[in-house]
Amino acid sequence: MAEPNLVMVGVNHKTTPVEIRERLAFTRGKIEDSIEKLNGFPEIVENIIISTCNRVEIYARVTEIEKGIHLLKWFICDYHGLSLEELDRHFYCYRNQQTIEHLFRVSSSLDSMVLGESQILGQVKDAYHLARTLRSTGVLLNQLFEKAFNVAKKVREETGIAESAVSISSAAVELARKIFEDLADRTIMLVGTGEMAELAAKHLISYGIKTVYVVSRTYERAAGLAKTLNGCALAFDQFEQELYRADIVISSTASPKFIMGREMVEKAIHKRKNKPMFLIDIAVPRDIEPEVNNLENVYLYDIDDLQTVVSANLRERHKEAEQALRIVQSEVFKFESWIESLDAVPTIVELRNRAEEIRKKEVQKVLGKLGHLSEEDKNAIHYLTMSIINKILHKPTVNLKEKTQAQDGHVYLKAIRHLFHLDDK
Amino acid sequence: MSAPSYVESLKTKCYDTSVANKGGIRLSIMGKVSINIALISYLAASLEYFVFLAYRKPIVQTLAGFTVALGLVFHTMTIGIRSSQTGHGPYTTSFEVALFLAWMIVVIYFLTEWKYKIKDLGSFVIPLVFLILLYSMFLSKDSVSPVTQTDARFWLTLHRSLSVIGYAAFALAFGAGIMYLIQEKQVKSKKLGIMYFRMPSLEALDNLNDKVIGVGFPLFTLGFLTGSIWSEKAHQAFFSWNIEKTWPLMAVWLIYGVMFFGRMLVGLRGKKAAQGSIIGFVSIMFTYFLHI
Repeated sequence: MAEPNLVMVGVNHKTTPVEIRERLAFTRGKIEDSIEKLNGFPEIVENIIISTCNRVEIYARVTEIEKGIHLLKWFICDYHGLSLEELDRHFYCYRNQQTIEHLFRVSSSLDSMVLGESQILGQVKDAYHLARTLRSTGVLLNQLFEKAFNVAKKVREETGIAESAVSISSAAVELARKIFEDLADRTIMLVGTGEMAELAAKHLISYGIKTVYVVSRTYERAAGLAKTLNGCALAFDQFEQELYRADIVISSTASPKFIMGREMVEKAIHKRKNKPMFLIDIAVPRDIEPEVNNLENVYLYDIDDLQTVVSANLRERHKEAEQALRIVQSEVFKFESWIESLDAVPTIVELRNRAEEIRKKEVQKVLGKLGHLSEEDKNAIHYLTMSIINKILHKPTVNLKEKTQAQDGHVYLKAIRHLFHLDDK
Repeated sequence: MSAPSYVESLKTKCYDTSVANKGGIRLSIMGKVSINIALISYLAASLEYFVFLAYRKPIVQTLAGFTVALGLVFHTMTIGIRSSQTGHGPYTTSFEVALFLAWMIVVIYFLTEWKYKIKDLGSFVIPLVFLILLYSMFLSKDSVSPVTQTDARFWLTLHRSLSVIGYAAFALAFGAGIMYLIQEKQVKSKKLGIMYFRMPSLEALDNLNDKVIGVGFPLFTLGFLTGSIWSEKAHQAFFSWNIEKTWPLMAVWLIYGVMFFGRMLVGLRGKKAAQGSIIGFVSIMFTYFLHI
């Protein structure tokens, strides 16, 4: 496999507006159908289709690079009944090493709209498994994708790219986990029944919070939400005296004035013996007097504060992405040398050279002792030895060429090099 | 004692000068080698912990852990060599006390690491160990024989050991306190810097403070009491009300007492507890320098 002939053609959120992306997207049923069709092209040896809401990409091993790229572009358009001429400028395409790097970046979420988001890895895995069941992949794409999953894991472990929260509700959860060690035994109180409050509460509950109180000016509303969250509703006039029970408060009422003042929270924190309280005010206009944040062991975040945290985290992710990119590049390099190791030709040449070397040496030795032989006899000896070598090496050569196309081909190459001492001269 | 200088008075109190070895005992070559290895290990471990804090490579953390352990082995050897030379535990000269204190901090550090797994605590505690050990090397290594009466010696051993465990616990609270204040400042001011992601939750740090002071304070108190008993045995004075020496100790005891009982009774926790453990430890340093 001297040239892997690896190509990738696609569109993503950076190159193509959503109106076009949605027309080019492959749903699951379409992917199965498309892969079957692609399998039918003799120019395409292996192929995998990734289609998400942000990208449509086809990875393939082809017989000829430029031809393959054109074919794939044409296929994507033709399949969706669109004209390639019109859409050509939206496509990006990569060859060999660029393809490897691109896939590693995609699976490590370095090419995502939200840098470091975790969904993409799952989507790439799904695409790969689907292609495998449809038998459209071979040794190269299999190894490439398996490696891409490893790289993604490595990036996740060795950089902070996926660490910080980049949505309002996950930022709230993250803060809660920096204030409290374990969320399991905490009590959460929802004041107001806004949709975003519900979302944040659900996110927190998924970390094991068990006790949930819901307060609303209309008791029925509170009762309704309490039911979905498996908590209990409180009457609005009870909330001030029960506030002390809450470790985390999420406030989202439509009240035009502050409903929690410094004094009220001070009383609650006193009653709690200074156990910390985390107040999340996602109401606009705000529900909680900002002054409350000055109380010791009370941490108040309003919607703008959370937004600031989110943008700071995003900046942090961009910094981490630089380190991630270095990991990707070194892995690309490793993968390329793996591809090179798949190439049977140099090994076969070396093996033959080695055999020829030995043959010559030994023949010379014998001929030196047998001075009485005629030229003809000498030639016959040369001929004989050469044909023995050829016969012996014929099967191994054929098999090696064949085996290196398989999943564990490099093992054969390694074994041959080792058995015949090709690496140490 | 005819109005001796403060330092003199201390020496006479601690040791029976009549049997003192006037020439003193220097640390043997082996001891010097091992204390230096320990010192270098702690320095290396401190640097490794800083690297871990900045670059979060798990392997560096593991490496730092092993480096501290190596330091502890040689540190223990130093104490062993020293004790075999002097014939008693490491609690008579200021050198020995510093050596012993640094050792105890490492031991308690390992215990808390094992039990609570507070990431990055090493970055705040091991440099302190390094500094204490480094400082100890500048102290006189002379030893004079300790009190000969066996019962006084018993109380001295008890007093110094208990106190040193207490001080070491307070050193851990000091490290956790600094971490708490850094983390608290970030959460409160809503400026979440790089340390925000690296450091544990406020609650975990406050719990650690609770645990180490909860153990350290009673031991320290016992150390204080046994010190008085030893003082009485050695000098027939129940409490030598040397004002200079005693008030800082009282202050230290009060600070930790307020924290110990304050948490139980009025919920003194969080930032105040962290600040208290920093002030407390600074006072201990201050007291220690007064002692010398």
